[in-house]
Amino acid sequence: MSFEIYLNVAIAGILTGLVYGLMALGLSVIFGVVRVVNFAHGEMMTVAMYIAVTLFAALKLDPLLMLAPIAVVLFAFGYLLQKSVINPFITRPEHSQFLLLVAVAIILVNVQLILFGPDAQNVQTSYAYDSYQIGTVIVDATKTYAALAALVVATALFCFFRYTTLGTAIRACADNYTGALVVGLDVKHLYALTFGLGAACVGAAGVMLILIVDVTPALGPAYTLLAFVIVITGGLGSMPGALLGGVLIGLTEAMAGLLFTPSAKSMFAFGILVLVLLFRPQGILGKRSA
Amino acid sequence: MIARLIDGVPTRALILLFLLLASAICAPLFASDYLLTILILIFYFAYTGQAWNIMMGFAGQLSLGHALYVGLGAYTAAALFVHFGIAPWLGLLIGVPIAGAVGAFIGFLAFRFRVGGVYFAILTIAFAEFARVGFDHFAWTAGSSGLFLPVKQYSGNNLWTLRGEPVMFYYVLLAATVAAFIGCRMLLQSRIGYFWMAIREDEEAARAAGIDTFRYKMIAVVISAAMTSFAGVVYAFYYNNLFPEQVFHISRSIEIILGPIVGGIGTLFGPILGAFVLTGLAEVLTEGLHALGIDIPGAKQVFYGICLLFVIMALPDGVWPWVKRRLGLTERRS
Amino acid sequence: MKPLLQVQGVSKRFRGLLAVDKVSFEVPQGGVYAVIGPNGAGKTTLFNMIAGVFMPDGGTVEFNGERIDGLPPNQVCQRGIGRTFQIVRPFPALTVEENVIVGALMKRTDVSMARAHAHDVLRRLDLYDKRSQRASSMTLPDRKRLEVARALATDPKLLLLDEVMAGLRPTETDRMVSILKELNSDSGLTILLIEHVMRAVMALAQHIVVLHHGANIAEGAPADVVRDKAVIDSYLGAESV
Repeated sequence: MSFEIYLNVAIAGILTGLVYGLMALGLSVIFGVVRVVNFAHGEMMTVAMYIAVTLFAALKLDPLLMLAPIAVVLFAFGYLLQKSVINPFITRPEHSQFLLLVAVAIILVNVQLILFGPDAQNVQTSYAYDSYQIGTVIVDATKTYAALAALVVATALFCFFRYTTLGTAIRACADNYTGALVVGLDVKHLYALTFGLGAACVGAAGVMLILIVDVTPALGPAYTLLAFVIVITGGLGSMPGALLGGVLIGLTEAMAGLLFTPSAKSMFAFGILVLVLLFRPQGILGKRSA
Repeated sequence: MIARLIDGVPTRALILLFLLLASAICAPLFASDYLLTILILIFYFAYTGQAWNIMMGFAGQLSLGHALYVGLGAYTAAALFVHFGIAPWLGLLIGVPIAGAVGAFIGFLAFRFRVGGVYFAILTIAFAEFARVGFDHFAWTAGSSGLFLPVKQYSGNNLWTLRGEPVMFYYVLLAATVAAFIGCRMLLQSRIGYFWMAIREDEEAARAAGIDTFRYKMIAVVISAAMTSFAGVVYAFYYNNLFPEQVFHISRSIEIILGPIVGGIGTLFGPILGAFVLTGLAEVLTEGLHALGIDIPGAKQVFYGICLLFVIMALPDGVWPWVKRRLGLTERRS
Repeated sequence: MKPLLQVQGVSKRFRGLLAVDKVSFEVPQGGVYAVIGPNGAGKTTLFNMIAGVFMPDGGTVEFNGERIDGLPPNQVCQRGIGRTFQIVRPFPALTVEENVIVGALMKRTDVSMARAHAHDVLRRLDLYDKRSQRASSMTLPDRKRLEVARALATDPKLLLLDEVMAGLRPTETDRMVSILKELNSDSGLTILLIEHVMRAVMALAQHIVVLHHGANIAEGAPADVVRDKAVIDSYLGAESV
């Protein structure tokens, strides 16, 4: 194999990895603020993927144009989920929260199964087979669009947390729950907003991912795991960490698929996870907590 | 020893326990084949749930990868039987220590490097996933195409080779559940049980009270892993086929832990009650939807998920503490 | 005679902040010693180094003629040092009796013997009647005594008490003081306590070590220490304002 093949595969892996990163960013934001591990994360992403598939099939709406509307729908879903179901659980032990979200995940997967059946579905855009050639490197157009969109959404989210009052209030909640209560912040509302934002992130990621992979109901649990791996690798609660983790895992998967066998790629992702847990448990960009 | 086991247990509870055991022993006489397969499933989950509960309910270490130990037991015993004709009870002597050793390895890594809480849980998932992909490419156990045990028409039940009819598996699993129940009661009443509970409640305070927390957490993982792998052996010989994609899948791990959490985490009767409630619920839903003429794949699971949601919202400590209060079965204090 | 506990020049630094700066003192067998000082003086850090939670950056801790610095907490406890936490942390879901049994099992393998010992300890601390209560449902004074009971059940030679009087009403403080005095006189238990409640310190301690900004600024008999100018300036003076 020539060097170009490696380079092509590596670039494709990095581009996909950015989309993974956006998905994981949603998980990271939710955990960082609400302190709940969203075990239904991948399932929420497939919800967005199915919405995109349906809109495309019925109305020929391009997924990239539907990015914002679908993200808004997922935001509403996440907001309501947190407000109605998860908020009463925020003070409960981890295993209890875990079970709650597993129940949500079971419901989501199977509702999707009922509505869309077990077969893989995708969208066939007009640019599905377009590519750019830069020197000897060939870059897939859809992956490029998806990765760029992921960067835009991630940047927007980053600015929201950094520069807006609401974003600052949410960060205050994350730092000090009691303190936030004392200064009169409506913590439950902010938690719901955060969960909504996390859901919007994963929704946006799902819309982009439908350009790259086919969706089945079984995809959800697999991507939940993938999101865990990425977030822990990058650093749970760290926003740049999630993106970096996504890129790293995307690259690893692509290279493992090329050098070994595609079916073994998750093994390498988990291998990285184990190494990170053992030698840098706070993640690559995470801060060590006391 | 029996006196110590039943020390502090109300008489009513003992009578109920006895009646329950008696009806479980007699059940195959009356149960249809269909009911028997469900009872087998219930005791499978009661047993594995009890084993998982040692790690989480007693020692406070959340494992989401117990399918790993089921799979190790199942694959070891099945492969030894297929390749060398080694009977499962001998295969057990190899499979159980392997599972225990793998548990010890994971525990050692996690506890030495201080991987705790959510991170520990995800580490356990990672190892189960490793095994899933690894066994997919492991030729000796037939990889992803699946390992099949030879199935013939059996004239009788051969307990030694675990070849025979469902009723035999029923009694094996019932015996395992009873043994696990008694074993866990003994552990909980012993020094180790107290140390586990202390670690579960507050690890730093436990260390300050002189407990070598590393050592006792390791013991919990090893016992739990070894116990779980026995269920894997039975699983392999009951179903006669093993696919890594199914055996090691995370949903298998989740199935194992739903019972004890719904039943009441850290309690002795929780895993058993949880297995009855959840398996029963699933079957009632199947039958109910069937009767209504609804035959959509996934419909049952949706209802199952909704029921699960309501149970955990209504009874955060599980069903058993609630049932226990209802029956007036609070422990006598000496 | 060699002192039971000998702390020599221990230091601890957290991210550049010197929390404890070359502190040395000794506690003789059977003594009741107190460490006082303003908040942030490094008292709890000092305790944590003795109890094995932190490894000192420098200096040594000797207990019963043996170096214990760098040992993990459980082994320090095994050697005979029991401790309580500043913010109480009994095992919440366990009963009072079970909490103390856990401590008693450190030196005993048999649960019924541990239970008998736990009952003795609970009687001493006036908790026997509440032994079936869950620790999480107890009041603060009860939980403070429960912490002492659990530490005591490990049969320590030295008891480290981190602000066991804080948050107690005066009558509760007096009760705790008399319990501790009794333990010291009956069984010769050596006690080292961190305390802000001067009323308790004066009633209990034979000797006081004063920490300020991590350093040992004064040491001696209670009556002398409270008249020490440095102590009044740094601590007691501020307190009386």
